[in-house]
Amino acid sequence: MGEKEKEEKFKTVSIPASLFKKIEERIKGTEFTSVASYVTYVLREVVEEEEEEEVPFSEEDEEKVKERLKALGYLD
Amino acid sequence: MSLPKPHGGRLVNRALSGRQKEAAEREAKELPRLKLGEELLSDLRNIAHGIYSPLKGFLCESDFENVLYEKRLADDTPWTIPIVLDISEDERRRLELRDGDTLTLCDAGGREVALMHVESIYGYDKGEFAEKVFLTTDKAHPGVTKVYRLGECLLGGSIEMFGKVEPPFSRFYLRPVETRVLFKERGWRSVAGFQTRNVPHLGHEYVQKTALTFVDGIFINPVIGKKKSGDFKDEVILAAYEALLRNYYLKENAVMSILPMEMRYAGPREAIHHAIVRKNFGCTHFIVGRDHAGVGSYYEPYAAQEIFSEFPDLGIVPVFFKSFFYCRKCMTVVNEKICPHGKEFHTSFSGTRLREMLMRGETPPPEIMRPEVAEVVKQWKNPFV
Repeated sequence: MGEKEKEEKFKTVSIPASLFKKIEERIKGTEFTSVASYVTYVLREVVEEEEEEEVPFSEEDEEKVKERLKALGYLD
Repeated sequence: MSLPKPHGGRLVNRALSGRQKEAAEREAKELPRLKLGEELLSDLRNIAHGIYSPLKGFLCESDFENVLYEKRLADDTPWTIPIVLDISEDERRRLELRDGDTLTLCDAGGREVALMHVESIYGYDKGEFAEKVFLTTDKAHPGVTKVYRLGECLLGGSIEMFGKVEPPFSRFYLRPVETRVLFKERGWRSVAGFQTRNVPHLGHEYVQKTALTFVDGIFINPVIGKKKSGDFKDEVILAAYEALLRNYYLKENAVMSILPMEMRYAGPREAIHHAIVRKNFGCTHFIVGRDHAGVGSYYEPYAAQEIFSEFPDLGIVPVFFKSFFYCRKCMTVVNEKICPHGKEFHTSFSGTRLREMLMRGETPPPEIMRPEVAEVVKQWKNPFV
């Protein structure tokens, strides 16, 4: 990936050096290869958590699903 | 442990209902139409039902390129197989397509089934596509052959499905929203997904049951759809699994439903794709054996296991198995990790050998295939594609 392309796809944010060091320690022995990949992963989880469901799944919807599962023999 | 969140955080639902559905049906009548073949319709349904969450449509150029080169979507979410809609130059001219247009997608019979909001129209390099996804440009590879047959243009953009795209064997078809309710109702907090395109032999059964010793449930999820010549027919696989489940599994901790999806035979990349799909169904674990989704000798036997180390953020735990075989000295099914005996005591679960036996009308020995399963398979004069 070229420098320009990288600049367009990734942005730099700053975190305190002490936190950076803690994360470095935390990812040792894991498959995260950099602090950036770990921070991206954690932030994505947080952001996704806050986003609302596209189509809320109501109790009524759940009952319909259970009925179908019963009709197909998946549930007694 | 609890069931995982869908890939990308939420289950996509692009299957319209109620007033939205009616409005889309009306709008569809006024728009240019594009007919889709069986495999594209399968992808369309998989997007609409959230099986491919977080995809809301066919890949736009930025996602396509990122998937090709980085094995991730443009927002860095792991994704390894390009889900693309191809058209020829002629079709593009006929449709007079531009970014921002909306299209009506139809099935082979011309029935309107979905709207597509075209966000991106782009060309691509077929050799590069094949090389990156299949690690080869050899046209003898079935996935590569298919890439070279694709149209010259790809269309990216979100879809909204309003028509029924009926899956084959629909009584075995469950959407992720349904499997998640099913797993919850069964009280499963951990579920191992098992991908298959074969009739089950004892090696498969041992893998599944070994996984079942540490998870609450096993989710057997055969891929139904276009396969290469020599693979088992879909109806044979389903009947064989029904026989196995009826005779050898506890109903309360095993479920089978189908995944209508084309096999790509992309080996390591497809193993990641298969894991993502099972995560969307609600699986916490995914079983990866020897040469997962491979074909011929294009991939190293355990390459499909090694690739998982590139995805610490996948959100589903891969469970790796060596290949199993029957040992006459151990008198059971084992693998190289647990059997100390020499090869002279081993009978492998060779697919080729099994096929040859079944083609000759022979019943495979019970240490290879359950008699009830063999009986079912033998009911077909030709059980192969």
